Amino acid sequence: MIEQELKMIPAREPPKMAVGTIAWLRGNLFTGPLGTAAILLIIYGLILTVPPLVQWLFLDATWFGASSEACDREGACWAFITARLDQFIYGFYPSEEYWRPNLFFAQLAVLVGWLSIKSTPWKKWVLGYSLVIMPVVSWFLLYGDIFGLAKVDTHQWGGLMLTLLLALCGMIASLPFGVLLALGRRSDMPVIRSLCTAYIELWRGVPLITVLFMASVMLPLFMPVEVSFDKLLRAMIGIIMFQSAYMAEVVRGGLQAIPKGQFEAFDSLGLSYWQGMIMIVLPQAMRLVIPGVVNTFIALFKDTSLVLVIGLFDLLAIIQAGLNDPKWLGNSIEGYLFAGFVFWIFCFGMSKYSQRLEQQLHQGH
Amino acid sequence: MLKSLSSLKKVAVLGAFAAAGFAQVASASTTLESVKEKGYLSCGVSTGLAGFSNPDDKGIWNGLDVDVCRAVAAATLKDASKVKFVPLNAKERFTALQSGEIDVLSRNTTWTLTRDASLGLNFTGVSYYDGQGFMVKKGLGVKSAKDLDGASVCIQAGTTTELNLADYFRTNGMEYQPVVFDTSDGTAKGFDAGRCDVLTSDQSQLYALRTRLTKPDAAVVLPDVISKEPLGPLVRQGDDLWFNIVKWSLAAMINAEELGLSSENITAKKESTDPGVRRLLGIDGPKGKGINLDDEWALRIIEQVGNYDEVFQRNVGVDSPLQIDRGLNALWSDGGILYAPPFR
Repeated sequence: MIEQELKMIPAREPPKMAVGTIAWLRGNLFTGPLGTAAILLIIYGLILTVPPLVQWLFLDATWFGASSEACDREGACWAFITARLDQFIYGFYPSEEYWRPNLFFAQLAVLVGWLSIKSTPWKKWVLGYSLVIMPVVSWFLLYGDIFGLAKVDTHQWGGLMLTLLLALCGMIASLPFGVLLALGRRSDMPVIRSLCTAYIELWRGVPLITVLFMASVMLPLFMPVEVSFDKLLRAMIGIIMFQSAYMAEVVRGGLQAIPKGQFEAFDSLGLSYWQGMIMIVLPQAMRLVIPGVVNTFIALFKDTSLVLVIGLFDLLAIIQAGLNDPKWLGNSIEGYLFAGFVFWIFCFGMSKYSQRLEQQLHQGH
Repeated sequence: MLKSLSSLKKVAVLGAFAAAGFAQVASASTTLESVKEKGYLSCGVSTGLAGFSNPDDKGIWNGLDVDVCRAVAAATLKDASKVKFVPLNAKERFTALQSGEIDVLSRNTTWTLTRDASLGLNFTGVSYYDGQGFMVKKGLGVKSAKDLDGASVCIQAGTTTELNLADYFRTNGMEYQPVVFDTSDGTAKGFDAGRCDVLTSDQSQLYALRTRLTKPDAAVVLPDVISKEPLGPLVRQGDDLWFNIVKWSLAAMINAEELGLSSENITAKKESTDPGVRRLLGIDGPKGKGINLDDEWALRIIEQVGNYDEVFQRNVGVDSPLQIDRGLNALWSDGGILYAPPFR
């Protein structure tokens, strides 16, 4: 027997066209004549638009200044934003009291961080605090007139602070009301069922802008002159009533997805209606509707800018008011870009947060 | 059916009684008393209109409409800064005044018969004579609105401007091509981009829009005015004392200009022997008795807010980026139509 040394053929490099950047490009971008043409067209479009945009947005932009005259019209006039940034964030809140909104923002950031990081303890208590105590604490912190804090009337609130407040109060209050309405609409008791259905259909059937107009224009006419009901409060109540109706339908979607067996199971275990709902049905249903709930929240966050039609200065409205300052005329593009950017940051953040929440709560069935 | 109708009637009658009840509540305490009790004047302004009412970088309200309210506060509360500005949009402005949310509405509102007569409100005077005008590019060589036959015109949709324009061109037998935008900002952008030859709006607005153009100097506002837009402050009907206070606060500023009194020379003029000046400053003459104010109310307006010319130049005139001419708003003695009844 001839001993033959068995030797492996040395590994050869794969063909150049099958690996690395070239392969990726061929596989993903230049897949055929049509794909190649489309890609080339897109690249051409980008070359045409991106450099001038960057030039306008950053390179030629004026960042600081005291009026429109500081800006040459070659690039963006960000001086408009930087000079009025305080106002865009705090509205007409007195500047010596800025620490109060700052504290409110900080509290919000801590709570959101706490609830989104997996390893933090006492989640239930923190959630309870955020939903029940936080709104009350925030109100007194911002409004003052208690514990020696100076009173800051709501007509001085504005900017990003007001946008966040309106959105938060709509979100926090609409969730419990929405759950109750959803349960009511699926209830066996005819009176409750028809009342809840009527409420939902009525509020869902009118545009938010009408609700706000009613709250700001019609309501004062029905009330005696001495009773002046705070405009912000009226808007908040309007938003909550409106939002609850939407939330109810989202939650009802989740309730309908729970199999009948679950209801029969808690009945046979001898649990009462509320025990069964709270311990068995709602936890499952709420997990199912996270995307829907966050979707509604994001819509609400953007809808809050409608309050500008009733003369409340939310972020968008205060930017528009700034655009009418004779010193700053002609900066509408910069103003609206900034507003859009801020709204996008918050909406994108909410969307990312909801995806995290879905992963954390995923039970694998 | 009949029964339900009659019960409906009952409800309506009850409603009318309830409404009358509220109206009584409103007139039970006078506006002056309630303003003094609150310690501030509640003044309705626009949500932002260059030169008339807009918040500055610090959040302080500025503008011609704003200064009218400051004058009323100076007269009644002795402090021009004691004003709470309530920003209102065009639709809710009258309700806010009717419902008592604000004490004065000073929001570039045109004085018309309907508004004066059927809304339960009263105009107290004219703080600015506005009118619809035209802006054209200088290169066109147009000198008068009569030369605009066949022009394309940028306008804002859904405004009285649109109706006035149609009326004007029809009565003069001229043709035009409307280019419609939904915001006034849009009209300026369209005009700038050359989509129309002419931009039409209220004249005060035209000057503000002109500063937004890439080359403001290349555009010119024509002298022609095709509509009357007298703007002024409003109060609720049924409180004549308050009506008089607001009316005469404005008149004090106009009279001060006529008499050469300004916030700068007021201290020196206190010693003046001119009988007109002495009457305005409350040294002689009617003083403040007739309108339930102290004698120095007009003096405070001039000291803290200034005369009409100062207010005008500061907000919309040569000292502002708007650069509006006094034009119609000059004193009657200087070729304008601004005229206030005398202090006697």
